[in-house]
Amino acid sequence: MNERRAAWMFAAPALFVIGAFFFVPVLAAFALSLTDFDLYALADLHNLRFVGLGNYIDILQTPLFWKSLLNTLYFVGIGVPLSIATSLAAALLLNSKLARCKSIFRTALFAPVVTTVVAVAVIWRYLLHTRYGLINYTLAHFGIAPIDWLGDPHWSMPAIILFAVWKNFGYNMIILLAALQSIPADLYEAARIDGASFVQQLRHITLPMLRPALLLVSVITVSGYFQLFAEPYVMTQGDPLQSTVSVLYFMYEEGFKWWSLGRASAIAFLLFGLILVVTALLMRMSRRGAAA
Amino acid sequence: MLVMQLALAGCSKGESGRVTLKMWAIGREAEVVPALIADFERAHPGIRVDVQALPMTAAHEKLLTAFAGEALPDIGQIGNTWLPELATLGALQPLQSLVDASSVIQQSDYFPGIWATNVIDDQLYGVPWYIDTRLLFYRKDLLAQAGFAEPPRTWDEWKRALAAIKKNAGAKKYAILLPINEYEPLLNLAIQEPDPLLRDNDTRGNFQSAGFRRAFTFYTDMFRENLAPPMSATQISNVWDEFANGFYVFYISGPWSIGNFQLRLPERLKDDWGTAPLPGPDGPGAAVGGGSSLVLFKQSPHPREVWQLIEFLSEPAQQLRFHELCGDLPPSRSAWNDATLANDPYAKAFRDQLDRVKPAPMVPEWERIAQELRLAAERAIRGGESTDKVLLQLDERTDRILDKRRWMIAQKAKTP
Repeated sequence: MNERRAAWMFAAPALFVIGAFFFVPVLAAFALSLTDFDLYALADLHNLRFVGLGNYIDILQTPLFWKSLLNTLYFVGIGVPLSIATSLAAALLLNSKLARCKSIFRTALFAPVVTTVVAVAVIWRYLLHTRYGLINYTLAHFGIAPIDWLGDPHWSMPAIILFAVWKNFGYNMIILLAALQSIPADLYEAARIDGASFVQQLRHITLPMLRPALLLVSVITVSGYFQLFAEPYVMTQGDPLQSTVSVLYFMYEEGFKWWSLGRASAIAFLLFGLILVVTALLMRMSRRGAAA
Repeated sequence: MLVMQLALAGCSKGESGRVTLKMWAIGREAEVVPALIADFERAHPGIRVDVQALPMTAAHEKLLTAFAGEALPDIGQIGNTWLPELATLGALQPLQSLVDASSVIQQSDYFPGIWATNVIDDQLYGVPWYIDTRLLFYRKDLLAQAGFAEPPRTWDEWKRALAAIKKNAGAKKYAILLPINEYEPLLNLAIQEPDPLLRDNDTRGNFQSAGFRRAFTFYTDMFRENLAPPMSATQISNVWDEFANGFYVFYISGPWSIGNFQLRLPERLKDDWGTAPLPGPDGPGAAVGGGSSLVLFKQSPHPREVWQLIEFLSEPAQQLRFHELCGDLPPSRSAWNDATLANDPYAKAFRDQLDRVKPAPMVPEWERIAQELRLAAERAIRGGESTDKVLLQLDERTDRILDKRRWMIAQKAKTP
């Protein structure tokens, strides 16, 4: 038996599992997206119609799809930089020489990541309450009028962003902390001797050395945030005025509330295409940045 | 024919041992039904009933998923707006022959408007278990202060009462609560109009008709004239506290609110609130006949035992016990003649309203269309869009939702 055949045979079980549990369902979903599978087809498969790209065209003409896309881009555009900045700030604080009881703080800052979305969403709904919530209470001390976080269409997405950033920043913080700890200390010493301020050290040493970690964190966060679903589902159900409907929430409503699985599969593929394009752009930008 | 088949099936089971029935119930009803089931099990020692509680928010999805996975129970509590969907799927067993042969369930005893919600395509798919409709709940004292001794009976009277209350209330309080995220108040107003909500054999939206336009304008005007706060249910911190505070005077709600108000309003307001039938355009108006039915799922291997359970729960005595436990209203008139309900001052308005209930359109897509209703209202109220534009879009979206139904009907017409 030659080497190549042996290699394929060793890889075969893993390939079989990936094929059966990933590729076959994805192909099936694609086939489903070319039909108009709905409640009637669930009753009797003869009611199924092949519509080709009809679902895709129909969705691209649905105003709610564009609204959900805008909401998702709003969330990604503000949430990702905010999340990464918060993670970086937390990592820098944890890495600082002045920090005491690092492991306690590290655990505390990471804790939100391991909490259940549903349980913390209940608590956040109380925090965000217009009249009796802690957040408005604190803002009132600064003289800011109470904000209707979950009822005003302008403030509902910021509330979701706040919640999502609080919940997820711990994950990236750990990755960036590990990367920070791998930067050689003598670089900082040399910079200090040359009289560099903290900001200059950050700009010229920390960030360039963190570039690969930052790229990893960005790609993970962007592709994760495009799939925003849990937070609108538990906190606002897409309201008010559908300002918190994300693409995935729209897909959930189509697929599991109204049982239009054909359209839902089409939405899934559109989202997949979008995430693919965005992350490809991210990687291209970083490669060009590294070369420069 | 079905009765004979069931009888034969019953004969073959005989002494083969205990039968366990799986029942899915939703929300509060699931909490109280085990008390009734205990008596049923005593009366039928060979049958055990296993009740599973579903939360209201997940029940719809769970039912459809269970159908897809062939994991439906034997008997279920199904809201009557969901019956068309399940009937289209072929998940429910038609029950007319069983009802005809039954000595316990008398069809003539049920309110016709409610019974009609269980008949789809001339087939009976469920037996009403409890009913609800919408009523006007109001603060008697604040209404009297505004100069009205009796609750309004027509839309004009209602408008005048609302305006007078608002004048007394000032800028921070309102005359009526209509949560923007709920479609029921708008739907109940719309159903009072003679124009149907869907046309062409329920395949197209009829929301640009004069009747719906009138109801829609009446509804949205209440926000434009500041008679109702433009808020969703989550923004009102606590409906009962705000009722007690006089934040609003009128509230359109169902039978569960009777129990809730009695429980949660402070003592000083005990005699200051009441219920009244919904005012209509020219006199007491119709309301949507809601409620839940008991259904026998086709996949069940124990149809005879399920039917015995359905008969048991439909006995007027059991209906009254059910009412005592959770406040839900019985669907048969003989239960209403009983002293406890006949003398209940709050339930009186319900008894009156039940003679004027109409079903919502019975198409499987109705739940989705109803959501579009409240989104359309929200666009007019919060988004400031014109009524013409909103109703045009509503018709377009409804037509799109009903596209498959039109195709299905065309297909059926083609095959002989």
